Amino acid sequence: MGYLLKRAGQGAIVLWAAFTVAFILLQALPGDAIMNRFLNPDLGLTSEQISQLRQSYGVGAPLWQQYFHSAWAFLTGDLGNSLEDGTPVRLLIEGALPSTAVLAAFGLLFAILLALAVAFLSALAPFAWLRNLLQSLPSLFIAVPVFWLGIMLIQILSFKLRLVSIINPGPVEGLVLPVATLAIPLSAPLAQVLVRSIDETLLSPFITVAAAKGASRVRLLVHEVARNAVLPAVTVAGLLFGELIGSAIVTETVYGRVGLGRITEAAVKAQDAPVVEAVVLISAIVFVVVNLIVDLLYPLLDARLRTRAAAI
Amino acid sequence: MTAQAVTVGDEIRRPTAIVRRLRRVSPALVLAWLAVAVVVAWALVPWLFSAADPTIGVSGQRLQAPSIQHLFGTDQLGRDVLDRVIYGSRFSLVGALVAVGVGLVAGTALGVLAGTLSRAVDDVIMRIVDVLLAIPSLLLSLSIITLLGFGTVNVSIAVGITSIAMFARLTRSQVVKVRHTDYVEAAVGSGGHFLGVLWRHVLPNSMGPVVALSALQFGSAILQIATLGFLGFGAPPPTPEWGLMVSEGRNYIATSWWLTTLPGAIVVVVVLSTHRVSRSLGREKRG
Amino acid sequence: MTGKTRSPVLQVKGLSVSYLRDHEATQAVDDISFSIDQGQLLALVGESGSGKTTVAQSVIGLLPGNGRIDSGEILLNGVDISRWNWRRLQTVRGRRIGLVPQDPAASLNPVRTIGANLGEVLRIHTRVRGSELRRQVVELLARVGIDDPERRARQYPHELSGGMRQRVLIASAIALRPDLIIADEPTSALDVTVQKVILDLLDDLRREYGTAILFVTHDLAIAAERSTEVVVLRDGRVQEHASTAEVLSNPRTEYARTLLRDAPALAGRAAPLPPAADLAAIALRADSLVQTFALGRKRDEFRAVDDVSFAVPAGTTHALVGESGSGKTTSARIVVGFRRPTSGRVEIDGIDLASLRGEALRQARRTVQLVYQNPYGSLDPRRSVEEIVTEPLRNFGLGDRRSRLAKAGDLIERVALPASVLGRRPHELSGGQRQRVAIARALVLEPRVVVFDEAVSALDVTVQAQVLRLLEDLQRDLGLTYLFVSHDLSVVRHIAHTVSVMRRGRVVEEGPTESVFGTPVHEYTRTLIDAIPRPSERVS
Repeated sequence: MGYLLKRAGQGAIVLWAAFTVAFILLQALPGDAIMNRFLNPDLGLTSEQISQLRQSYGVGAPLWQQYFHSAWAFLTGDLGNSLEDGTPVRLLIEGALPSTAVLAAFGLLFAILLALAVAFLSALAPFAWLRNLLQSLPSLFIAVPVFWLGIMLIQILSFKLRLVSIINPGPVEGLVLPVATLAIPLSAPLAQVLVRSIDETLLSPFITVAAAKGASRVRLLVHEVARNAVLPAVTVAGLLFGELIGSAIVTETVYGRVGLGRITEAAVKAQDAPVVEAVVLISAIVFVVVNLIVDLLYPLLDARLRTRAAAI
Repeated sequence: MTAQAVTVGDEIRRPTAIVRRLRRVSPALVLAWLAVAVVVAWALVPWLFSAADPTIGVSGQRLQAPSIQHLFGTDQLGRDVLDRVIYGSRFSLVGALVAVGVGLVAGTALGVLAGTLSRAVDDVIMRIVDVLLAIPSLLLSLSIITLLGFGTVNVSIAVGITSIAMFARLTRSQVVKVRHTDYVEAAVGSGGHFLGVLWRHVLPNSMGPVVALSALQFGSAILQIATLGFLGFGAPPPTPEWGLMVSEGRNYIATSWWLTTLPGAIVVVVVLSTHRVSRSLGREKRG
Repeated sequence: MTGKTRSPVLQVKGLSVSYLRDHEATQAVDDISFSIDQGQLLALVGESGSGKTTVAQSVIGLLPGNGRIDSGEILLNGVDISRWNWRRLQTVRGRRIGLVPQDPAASLNPVRTIGANLGEVLRIHTRVRGSELRRQVVELLARVGIDDPERRARQYPHELSGGMRQRVLIASAIALRPDLIIADEPTSALDVTVQKVILDLLDDLRREYGTAILFVTHDLAIAAERSTEVVVLRDGRVQEHASTAEVLSNPRTEYARTLLRDAPALAGRAAPLPPAADLAAIALRADSLVQTFALGRKRDEFRAVDDVSFAVPAGTTHALVGESGSGKTTSARIVVGFRRPTSGRVEIDGIDLASLRGEALRQARRTVQLVYQNPYGSLDPRRSVEEIVTEPLRNFGLGDRRSRLAKAGDLIERVALPASVLGRRPHELSGGQRQRVAIARALVLEPRVVVFDEAVSALDVTVQAQVLRLLEDLQRDLGLTYLFVSHDLSVVRHIAHTVSVMRRGRVVEEGPTESVFGTPVHEYTRTLIDAIPRPSERVS
């Protein structure tokens, strides 16, 4: 229990630090320049709206007040307004999040399945050449740029073979290529960790003992190796969440999908800092929460940690 | 505690003969080194490999498929794609070098401080590292670019900053591991000063994996720089940057496959090669 | 199971095994033959690299991936299984051949319960499931002497002590009453008193079930105490193969004689006598050392060292002897100043080391040096032997470069190494050579006291004997004072003038070695001494 609180506390500190850094960076952008944009008559903002915006940014107030002001705003879900057109960032993100979440979830799922398949098939491969081939796949996958992979998949599967349509696809068909684009490079580090930990586990004395009991190779892998070997991969899967969000952004750009990626790309191009910072903070929150969950899952998988966690 | 488990042999280990070492070198590693050498040569002396100016096209030779004259074909302005790839290697390699430099220097410094100084310093540094780690690297580099502005150098610095966390964590764990070895304690026990022991024993023995990570990060940095170039945050258009080339080629994806496929394939080959080299470095240091 | 003929359970004929390394085959086992009858225990004895474990692995078909049986037969009840593939071997592994491994700590699957680990062999070979399986598991646990077996079956391996884990592994090996048990160094990772209990258990089971046992060990004393027949291996070849009594009383080869002479438990040598008390000044005095560690909640504390005192006269050896968790290593680390005791004094030359800090402590380190257990970990792999040995002199700014080099050369010669090792790095040296380098480094500052923390435990017996002789020579020539920390009573008996027997942080008995070992007063000391393998009782 104390262990839980400690990890949660660390996560909270990380998020607080991330927020503070984001706040400082936002301050680094000249504030008046921000306001000047809203004064642009093309935006057609009324003077009341402008003074509202002024208030919501806390322009003119002392820095520490602004800090607490925006911290409170952030905690209550007010992420500020876009510099482009004054749209609340929250609305922008709410509109884009579901599409990205679906893409990321399927991407992660297929990455895990692909990694498991590569790792366990290579451990079972009856021939050395097959084993070497399977084990060299992750190092190839990891070297492939996501954007290029997306384009290659479009070129081959859509244009050449006409297997998947990318023009006006159905909701499921439209996910196939993006998910593949996301999953393939993401599976590589997972598969590498799995391959290595399977190899290491196979060398443990308890595997020799199990083999000496007369276990078949498949039984060894399923009963003795699998759970031990998956443990380090779970940690890596948690850490890969950051990679996942980054890749999702690129994938969305390649396929022209609506989502966080497009918003982020547009925001960076326009130097629309509030939007960028909001996306960054939300990603950080997701990352911290996911890794907290991984930490909590760990003792369920490994009894040794259960007692240790209880002792701390 | 009890010592019985370890039984150490008394056999003499001889240094590995050069012949045996040569036999162990795999053809894949040789190819990897070759690929790295070729790309480095492209970056250093591009004019030896191509005569044409990569930014000026020949109007009569637009969008030509790969042939003997144009191995990689030509683009919409009639520019030779291979020439552009050759000249583009400089942006990728220099960028990756800057990025690894930033990550290596800052990350190693943080890692050594965290691993050697007090518990409090360690905690503070590792929380900072956690923050860096919690932000997806692409988003982190994008926010830095938002602040610094676009351009090749800024992109490299941004990419470098994203790798600080990894370098710091690895360095710290190595330093902590080496600090707890018997030989470091023995050096203290024989009257060594803190800094002397750190310099003579801890650092040399910690740096092997860090060197391997640098090589690995070099490949990853090329990948990230190409990605940011693709998204349009790197050098502006006439520049023959690899990611930007793929991005520009997207408009002709249905008709001119070579514009996107070949520059991207070069990225894959270079990254694959640096990773292969990195792995061999990691093994050397351990063995 | 045994109805047919009286052919041996296991027959190994002309077995040769090689390993492929870097495209080169290295012969590990060369033309070895032996056989074991029902109910017999054959000991395969050898030092590291002798091929003894390779033989055991070949029998059960579990050679490492790069190992290959080149020629020979392995007959199990008259059937050659040496060419069987994994699938065919599955039928005999666990059912006909059981394995008791070397390292109980790592030999149970850490993420499965004891019950699941043990039940696995039944699940593989029988149709027993559910409550019947649980009943059999509990029964097996009870058979190997595990208390409260129902609860233990639900626990995980890390919750059990090393000795208990080894019992579980033995239970797993005997579950299906195999004809043959391969025991590969089954007690080398255990404390002496636990070792005796485990060996007794194996003996009982052998007698009860008539199982044949192939017993692999580096320890000739254990082999002598427990076996009926001994095969001595060296460099993959059989050196000596005879009944145990014959090997002990009348060894035919020079190597067997060396092993017999060097095995501390077998060599009948009296302990060195302590000097007359009034002659020698006290070089090292530890006074009421206490070391506590906080445990979880604030008020709980664990007393790792609890009121430990001893005094070592100059020029003599004092031993701290005890099992794991006795506090002997912690005490040694306090003495060399790596650990500040909670209370107590460590006096060398009248200076209290335990009270010093910073520069004063650094200066005081000149008077006391430590030699570590593991010679592979205590030398910086990136430094040459010359740099390693001269470094302490550099640290204290003693002499110039040339004089330091000369001194290093002297010491390397003193520890009986060739001068050529000076330019080498540790990985080019053998374990014994490395330990000599570590000794040279400890001596270069001319300390008053040298502390040895299990310094010969990791070495093969013949190498161990050489290093022990070296230590005695150095003490005699240089008048050194030793504090010798060891779990091995036989070694202690050889080298120490005086001894403190430690248990759970306390000294339970102390005095001149001869009287402590000859007429032990404390019950624990007696248990420890009883646990030393005693072949002589068997033989006579």
